[in-house]
Amino acid sequence: MNSLPKLIQQCKDLAFDLQFTRSREWKAQEEGRVVVGYMPVYFPREIIHAAGGLPVAIFGGGDRKQIIKGDAYYQSYICHIPRSIIDLALDGHTNHFDGYLFPSICDVIRNLSGLFKLNKLGKFVKYMDFPQNFLPEIGGVFYQQEMQHVLHYIKEINGKEVTAHDLNHSIALYNTNRRLIARMYDIRQEFPWRMTIEELYYVLRAGTVIPVEEHNDILEQVVAHMEKEIGEPQDKIKVVVSGAFCEQPAVGLIKAIEEAGCYVVDDDYMLGSRMILGDIDPSTDKPLEAIANAYIHQSQYSSSIYDVHNPKEYRLAKIVQDRGADGVIFASASFCDPSLLDAPIFQKAFDEMGIRYISFQYSENINQFKVIKEQVGAFSDSIKLWEDDKALVIA
Amino acid sequence: MAQEAQKEKSMVLQKEMVEGLFNDLDSAKEKGRKVCYTFIPGNLSELIRTFDMLPVYPEINALQNAMRKKSAAYIREAEKHAHSEDVCTYVKCDVGMMLKGNIGPTGQKIPEPDILLLSYTGCFTFMKWFETLKREYPNATVVMIHTPYQENGVMTPEMTQYMVKQLKEEVIPKMEEVTGIKFDEEKLRRHLELSREAEDWITKIFDTTKHKPSPIDAYFAGVYYIGPINIGFRGTQQAVDYYKELYGEIQERIRLGLGPITPEGEMKEEKYRLVVEGPPNWTNFREFWKIFYDMGAVIVASSYTKVGGVYDLGWRHDPSRPLEALAEYCMNCYTNLNIPQRIDLLSKCIEEYQADGYITNSIKSCNSFSAGQLGMMREIEDRLDIPVGFIESDLVDPRYFSYSNIKNRLESYFQMLAQRKMMEAHEAIHA
Repeated sequence: MNSLPKLIQQCKDLAFDLQFTRSREWKAQEEGRVVVGYMPVYFPREIIHAAGGLPVAIFGGGDRKQIIKGDAYYQSYICHIPRSIIDLALDGHTNHFDGYLFPSICDVIRNLSGLFKLNKLGKFVKYMDFPQNFLPEIGGVFYQQEMQHVLHYIKEINGKEVTAHDLNHSIALYNTNRRLIARMYDIRQEFPWRMTIEELYYVLRAGTVIPVEEHNDILEQVVAHMEKEIGEPQDKIKVVVSGAFCEQPAVGLIKAIEEAGCYVVDDDYMLGSRMILGDIDPSTDKPLEAIANAYIHQSQYSSSIYDVHNPKEYRLAKIVQDRGADGVIFASASFCDPSLLDAPIFQKAFDEMGIRYISFQYSENINQFKVIKEQVGAFSDSIKLWEDDKALVIA
Repeated sequence: MAQEAQKEKSMVLQKEMVEGLFNDLDSAKEKGRKVCYTFIPGNLSELIRTFDMLPVYPEINALQNAMRKKSAAYIREAEKHAHSEDVCTYVKCDVGMMLKGNIGPTGQKIPEPDILLLSYTGCFTFMKWFETLKREYPNATVVMIHTPYQENGVMTPEMTQYMVKQLKEEVIPKMEEVTGIKFDEEKLRRHLELSREAEDWITKIFDTTKHKPSPIDAYFAGVYYIGPINIGFRGTQQAVDYYKELYGEIQERIRLGLGPITPEGEMKEEKYRLVVEGPPNWTNFREFWKIFYDMGAVIVASSYTKVGGVYDLGWRHDPSRPLEALAEYCMNCYTNLNIPQRIDLLSKCIEEYQADGYITNSIKSCNSFSAGQLGMMREIEDRLDIPVGFIESDLVDPRYFSYSNIKNRLESYFQMLAQRKMMEAHEAIHA
């Protein structure tokens, strides 16, 4: 077993490798291997794996790439992630990718799929229209058809006919992956000092760019370390971070929240890897149906999923309660419609429920957090010092 | 003293139709009529009428409020309630209006919805908007119809079937439940027949810009022309009559060799023919338009007038396949087309209507339109070798309309067009 610092460093290197080296190596190891890039938030990676492909998340360049070409495609009032994604692609960072998937999350990512088509990037470009109808016989069937299209595209490249057995095998691997990730969060809920949120973030994000088998191996080792008594408890409040599910904050910001006096006991940074709650049935003869049903019945709340029959504010409140959190930090990427349009809904509900929160905006390429750190510090202090008081709202 | 706007007869007719709708809404509750909130793109007017409901279009209220200078206060009100400065101003204007008592742009109270019909077509924000409305109107029945995006530039049978299933198993049963009226397919077919007729007329109307000078402005006047077909009158004899009347007026203008009517009278000389991408600014609509007509620029086609339906390419509501027709209609609205389709459509307009230039009015708070516009502009410039221009404004937030910036940019653009025309003329002489 590798040491925890070594594992963390390995994950950090993988997570921010903008050349996507591991996927290049993986592809070169065997003829006919297919690399498929997907954008946030969620994509059923099982199907790519089953088709002999490697799904690789593209979260943009963050604060590690100067954007030049991307700015020529997007006005200043559009969020940062599409410009950095197209910049990566046009600069050849993803030139070994065979295809690109754009899950439905917002109009910006949807239209980005059109720009990829226009620039003829990859052998296929697919906007993945996730159903907003949640009846298995209507939305579920449509979702299965969408997945079939993806399998068809990959088959056109590698000729692989995917069987139920292939899919079940992949589902089982990703079930393991989800279980291990859930275990990490559960340990951190009780012992958040055993691993910082920054380290946790590296471990999760690394899993989006490497084969699931390799990630499961890393996760098992990390969990084994976390099961031990490591680290020293500090006087910090517990918070849940919500709203940062697509464009990722710079690591400095993720770190700053904990440094300012908060243990982040849950978050939606890597929501895609945690979107499905629990296992997907790995033993049916209709595995696509199982994946579709899991999306319909077992999805985490998300700003990209129509929620009127299962309101998100109560789901987030339940997470806060289950995690024993003291408050919520709403972190939204600037100009992120899904996150920002949800803000009034959350905040009104939390005012009524007495859940304490703060909110701020960020951009993936901004590395100045002084003001945010002060805001988070004040939030933490206010809870620590006056925790018996009524809900305190700073926003 | 400000010059009074000249109005074509059809504009007066349209005004009467809109006023009639607001009057009906005003008395809806006392007359026991059910009220359906829905959106323009993918509006299921014929189905709403089949169930004798009255439609409310939140984005129409927002733009009408903007034209009456009421939107700024409503937006401020919404921002006080945690709505970000960065998001869709239609949403904020609507929410602000609701928070201030839901008094509509005409001064009449907008009735609460009995049904929130979300035809989720081409705009992600619509979904978030209705999530907000549902929380404000907990007693309203919510109906969602998910319209698949034309990601591959086609409407496939499976996409249509997905929508038809939603209509059959969710939308129609819920409408029956709310209204107490049984679904009458024959009635729907009759509305669809009238829709088809109105669609034929409006296509002919927008096609008149092939004439030189163009008898109409297909953007600034075009937004009035699309009113009836978009705000609930599609599928009625009233709409057919309106478009017939309008077409007759335009034919007369062509016969007389006249250009478009502007708020300050007839445009004297057509110097530039333009195609415009993006919605207009509503807070300063007259000023915005004036910049164009003062420079002799007429808009011969615009993407915005296709937001409630694209009819240019021959698609029509087909009464023989009523539910499939509704599904295809939704999928075929402009912002539900993928970026290459949008480029093809605009290129076709530029060529067919012999445009001299292409302008993008990029709207700050409308990602559905704006995200991708720069790439589209570059592609169109490369493909057609046409001068392109770019301006920025917003839908209903006056803080983002900078008259001098827009005027400066457009003046420079028109100077470029003038020089280009001069050079072309010079080359033609010496060829």
